[in-house]
Amino acid sequence: MTSALSITRSVNPPRAAFVDFPLGHTAGKAGDKPLQRKIMIDTLSALDSIQVPGDIRHLSYQWSDDDSWKDRVMRPAKTTATTTESTAASKQNPDDRLERTTEPQYQSPADQRAAMSAGCPGCVFLESPPA
Amino acid sequence: MSRPPVDYIERTRSQYQSLGYPPYQWVENKLAPPFVPLSKPLHESRVGLIASGGIYRVGQMAFHFKDDVSYREIDTDAPMSELRISHFAYDTADARRDPNVVFPLQTLRELAHVSRIRELASKAYTFMGGIYSARKVRSLLAPALADRMVRDEVDVVVLVPV
Repeated sequence: MTSALSITRSVNPPRAAFVDFPLGHTAGKAGDKPLQRKIMIDTLSALDSIQVPGDIRHLSYQWSDDDSWKDRVMRPAKTTATTTESTAASKQNPDDRLERTTEPQYQSPADQRAAMSAGCPGCVFLESPPA
Repeated sequence: MSRPPVDYIERTRSQYQSLGYPPYQWVENKLAPPFVPLSKPLHESRVGLIASGGIYRVGQMAFHFKDDVSYREIDTDAPMSELRISHFAYDTADARRDPNVVFPLQTLRELAHVSRIRELASKAYTFMGGIYSARKVRSLLAPALADRMVRDEVDVVVLVPV
């Protein structure tokens, strides 16, 4: 499955099913089980029927009527004002990714406590784990 | 109105340029990919699931954000309510609300229930795909996961990147 067509073309896997949704929704929209199911059925059908190595099946789902989300991808909101204050704002880091660190990033402090006591069952470290 | 897909390679190139970073080297595989025809119909197949959206289960260590090449085994009968997400490079709000959007575990369980597939393997595997070292993925993570697929005797694998 993929939502990043250009990257998948470059990586060139044996088969792929492309869903043209914002990243973070490769398998559907949150809470929409019928859509998730349809996407997976179409994906399995692509898996079953693609005969040409490297073929990418484009599934016909659309995220929203106007596709305006595509304007904002990797282009964090810019201010439209033209004052000096906004110039400073527009010089903010245009990278909306979070800081890269070797500290595990738990969804909640409770998860961290649970991991401390459980000893990380099913965790496989291929390099030394963070201290 | 439908518009062309986002060209993430081009947008990454311009973002890196504006940040003063050297250009990111995307993986490019120009040779025809290895292609294995399905050995049996899907309704007779055991299906593996591998996802890169940073999913872990409560009790497991979360991923870190700097070339973390570890992976997690998650029982495919795990309750969805015990799944969590950590990832630095996409908006995780919807995935945290409904992990099926990046880890379609319940979706595949239900398709097994109605015999679209024979079954899910007993374990799914997850990692956090923001690994900027393609070398580490190629030499460490991908072979380890491929080995798990062989040991789990799956017939097909659904790969879910973000």
